[in-house]
Amino acid sequence: MLRFANPTWFMNFSARLLPWLVGLTALLFAIGLYMSFFTAPPDYQQGETVRIMFIHVPSAWLAMMCYGLIAVSSIGLLVWRHPLADVSAKAAAPIGAVFTFTALVTGSLWGKPMWGTYWVWDARLTSVLILFFLYLGLIALRNAIDDEVQAGKLSAILALVGTVILPIIKFSVNWWNTLHQPASVMRMGGSTLHSSILYPLLVMAVAFTVLFFALHMKAMRNEILRRRVAALRITQVDEAMTPQAAE
Amino acid sequence: MSGFKSLVARDIRLALREGGAIGTALGFYLIVIAILPLGLGPDLNLLARIAPGVLWVALLLSALLSLDRIFLNDFEDGSLEVMIIGPLPLELIVAAKSIAHWITTGVPLALIAPVLGLLLNLDINAFGVLVLTMLVGTLGVSFIGAIGAALTLGLGRGGLLLSLIILPLYVPILIFGVGSVMAVIVGPSSFTASFMILCAISLAAIVLAPWAAGAALRMKFQ
Amino acid sequence: MRLFSENLTCVRGGREIFSGLSLDVQGGECLLLLGPNGAGKTSLLRMLAGYLKPASGTIRLEDGGEETGEDITVGEACHFVGHLNGVKSQFTVRENLAFWACFLSGEKNGESDAAVIEKALGAFALSSLCDIPAGYLSAGQKRRLCLARLLVAARPLWLLDEPTVSLDKKSQVLLANAVNAHVAGGGMAVAATHLELGIENAQTLELGGRGGRQ
Repeated sequence: MLRFANPTWFMNFSARLLPWLVGLTALLFAIGLYMSFFTAPPDYQQGETVRIMFIHVPSAWLAMMCYGLIAVSSIGLLVWRHPLADVSAKAAAPIGAVFTFTALVTGSLWGKPMWGTYWVWDARLTSVLILFFLYLGLIALRNAIDDEVQAGKLSAILALVGTVILPIIKFSVNWWNTLHQPASVMRMGGSTLHSSILYPLLVMAVAFTVLFFALHMKAMRNEILRRRVAALRITQVDEAMTPQAAE
Repeated sequence: MSGFKSLVARDIRLALREGGAIGTALGFYLIVIAILPLGLGPDLNLLARIAPGVLWVALLLSALLSLDRIFLNDFEDGSLEVMIIGPLPLELIVAAKSIAHWITTGVPLALIAPVLGLLLNLDINAFGVLVLTMLVGTLGVSFIGAIGAALTLGLGRGGLLLSLIILPLYVPILIFGVGSVMAVIVGPSSFTASFMILCAISLAAIVLAPWAAGAALRMKFQ
Repeated sequence: MRLFSENLTCVRGGREIFSGLSLDVQGGECLLLLGPNGAGKTSLLRMLAGYLKPASGTIRLEDGGEETGEDITVGEACHFVGHLNGVKSQFTVRENLAFWACFLSGEKNGESDAAVIEKALGAFALSSLCDIPAGYLSAGQKRRLCLARLLVAARPLWLLDEPTVSLDKKSQVLLANAVNAHVAGGGMAVAATHLELGIENAQTLELGGRGGRQ
């Protein structure tokens, strides 16, 4: 485990792994997109619009998984003081926010043919919307704090508070939704998905997940490099000051 | 324990002496409620229907505006610095200050809510329930708010950032607060169920928030 | 009582402020920290008080062989006077002290508290101002009120960061008297200051600035 803690080791490791991840992402997307567009049949009720699902469902899945990753990284930072944990949490937040946003936009576009309106206060959409706000809060808090170390720890606390409250939010939104039952919500749950739709969906989900890890790894590398540059600048300033002080 | 009590008493006295502190939150609450019919139209049936939700949302906004008071003044004048190395554990300091915030903000807001309910034609049977749920709910509001106040302490644009961070966390309180009032007015769900959940949320906030806010404060002084 | 620390290293914002710093203060001793701006006097004091964690090294407070306190923090055994006064302008001078007396000692003692407060007010020449809201005080008077906090609760260790800021000559003497009395009673004090305080049998510790770190 300690080996992973070393940023230099991570940089070497990720430099070798990243091209493979990118290649795998491209391959999976090629297969997944082909299947979603050509092998999956149009829905007998929704027609071609059902294909939005192949983007929407993986995005929503990643939106949640990414928050989970941030939570785990936050624990890693606060409990084990893992030097890469903060980098991981920081790199994951914007990516997670984008996937959450994608899930919201595709959900809303899908809603138009399904529900006849772009936005429905459906329990799932509402929960994802609040998750999006949590992401925004995390990013905003980190941006507002100048001190890098403090920014990391305080964001980690907020992420963990969010993790505790998230299930309560989910529960309360579900409760609220059953109370204010919207007129015509078509439910996806009940019927099992036919394999002609399930397989493309699974391939797309895997493709998105691999894409996420590729993006996350790249973002972590960028963040480590950025910190090294910052450290170099500090040394540069110190060196420039030293002769003056000696005079 | 005497340190705890003296801290609560001190914060309440400070809020009273500051004068504006409590009045501003009440004034804000009043103006938000008063401006609403001007936007929605004076239809009393409509107002009565949305009254519980509107009263709760406006209450959250008013409480939010005064959240930074929990720590900011003491942070800026150095009192907090002295307190956190004192004999009282930091978690209890957070709890004491949150309770003082609840007494000086949550309680007055909850007590004035029925008056504003009159403006919105709220069902008279719901007044008691409204006050009760708000008294319980604002306890959670103050404690969860303390987390946000601690996280954004001394960050300049604290107010806006605080709202962005904290409002999503208030969703459960809002839903079950409004839910229990609605249960009394229109049914069909049971009042007890949603009120009990509201109590549970506030209790959980009282237990857990001091840890999170305390950890954040400790980091602020590093 | 003995404050003892070894090999302290302080890193702030990626910079090493000082390293390999050791100090040893016995009961009845006062240590003055000297050094240019940025030498780490404030950081060292905050580290001793437990706000900052040392990047390496230990801080211990020993109570006649028996150890009290954790390895890293001296926390509850000390008074810390920083750059800020911790004075509430809405409260009167006496109310300010009364709160700290109750809060810092963790108990309400009624009459004995009142006596302690009167004594502290007297020691810093604040008796005539005691019922005036602190908001009306001048900067020097506020600083004296801040320092009076040292006397309302007993602490073996005083950590003073630039305690003389905005104090006039006469008030500096009051401060020196208070520190001397504390040290004479077996207490310890660590102070960072640019001025001669007139403190008896004080040791000094010189912290190097950036220039000295080549």
